[in-house]
Amino acid sequence: MPESIKAKVLDARDIDRALTRIAHEILERNKGTDNLALLGIKSRGETLADRLGAKIRSIEGADFPVGALDITFYRDDAATRKSDKPPQDTHIPFDVNGKLIVLVDDVLFTGRSARAAIAEIIDFGRPKAIQLAVLVDRGHREFPIHADYVGKNIPSSQKEKVLVRVKEYDQVDEVVIVEQA
Amino acid sequence: MAWNRKHLLTLEELSADEITLILDTANSFKEVSERSVKKVPALRGRTVVLFFHEPSTRTRSSFELAAKRLSADILTIQTASSSLVKGETLIDTLKTLEAMTVDALVVRHSSSGVPALLASVSKASIINAGDGFHEHPSQGLLDLFTIRERKGKIEGLTVTIVGDITHSRVARSNIYGLIKMGAKVRLCAPTTLIPSGIEKWGVEVTHDLTKALTGADVVNVLRLQLERQQKNLFPTIREYSMLFGVTTERLKVAQKDVMVMHPGPMNRGVEISSGVADGPASVIDEQVTNGVAVRMAILFLMMGDKSVSQ
Repeated sequence: MPESIKAKVLDARDIDRALTRIAHEILERNKGTDNLALLGIKSRGETLADRLGAKIRSIEGADFPVGALDITFYRDDAATRKSDKPPQDTHIPFDVNGKLIVLVDDVLFTGRSARAAIAEIIDFGRPKAIQLAVLVDRGHREFPIHADYVGKNIPSSQKEKVLVRVKEYDQVDEVVIVEQA
Repeated sequence: MAWNRKHLLTLEELSADEITLILDTANSFKEVSERSVKKVPALRGRTVVLFFHEPSTRTRSSFELAAKRLSADILTIQTASSSLVKGETLIDTLKTLEAMTVDALVVRHSSSGVPALLASVSKASIINAGDGFHEHPSQGLLDLFTIRERKGKIEGLTVTIVGDITHSRVARSNIYGLIKMGAKVRLCAPTTLIPSGIEKWGVEVTHDLTKALTGADVVNVLRLQLERQQKNLFPTIREYSMLFGVTTERLKVAQKDVMVMHPGPMNRGVEISSGVADGPASVIDEQVTNGVAVRMAILFLMMGDKSVSQ
């Protein structure tokens, strides 16, 4: 189905400012980077996690691990969804046990991706806590999941898609709402 | 691209894109097998039947582990103790299993064409785990995966397959797969163990091991099936080994970074020396590891269509 861009909600600078604010919020709430780790949900969550990690490091002056999760095998539609791309590797460069993990994703919608990510993390060990940071919360939750850190709330209708585009994959940083025509 | 086939019967019918999709998917499954919890819930609740009519260690364990690591349920049919012994037909056996709602059957049989026969009437997905002399697609795929992983590519490589080509389903699947992915294939066997006219498949044929190994990037050594000696297809094991056995000395003419593969089980000292099998060029153990990942990819891609089990 052809899609048309309905609105551009965030541009590159808006995204950058939101990420800077989230970086500060993560540090404030967790009182620093002790025991902290970020895990981005592939693919664009990974990009955002990398950027957040860089910001946190430069604000706090301390290093901490950033990894990436591929949740393909944990999705509740794993056996039935046809996808264009093959699953990627999960890369968790730290011991999950006792860690305070902030999951990072681009859009929070039904909450199913976050649930899948939590299930996957738990297969690796017992974290101290898991928090969720998203660039966009578009509502329409189907699971009792909430984001601890939100870049922007974008109310949307079911017929729309909210797309986060990042330079690394899409040549541009922006958030757009797209309608199925 | 997405996977669209209901059955996996041959490498002959797969496109290069489909092969690449399986290899790419297998990559992530390799990582799963390295975790301490080697399980993902992707195929939870699905049922896979292992239907092995011929003995097998590697392939059967590999498919069994692959299914279990995807959280699927396994049912193993030991055909020697099944009603096939009482004369029940293959198709009736299939219908019985389908009536218990299974999602996929992994089939190995001593007769070529059995998986295709079952596929023609089957509601469940049929995966060929080796049929007669015909094909062994999952072995071909894991061999391709091993080559791609170690060498970074398959296209343009010179791959020599040595051994009993006539009776080898591993050779056939490898040949189809390698040619499709752009490799140069060389076959080496005594004249009695290679089908005539096989050059028409686009492969080089030689009966001289030195010529076969010269400049090779990859050498795939096939097991000499000792029972063929009874059919006068080779005079003695010693003679076969002297002329066609892959040893460290004979490998000297290959590329310096040549990689040696063997589908197993090996006859040490016959088709392959222990020096080579345990030496730095050998990737035989990696093949087994990769086999589980490739079979996980196959099961995951094949069983990803719900309509299959309805």
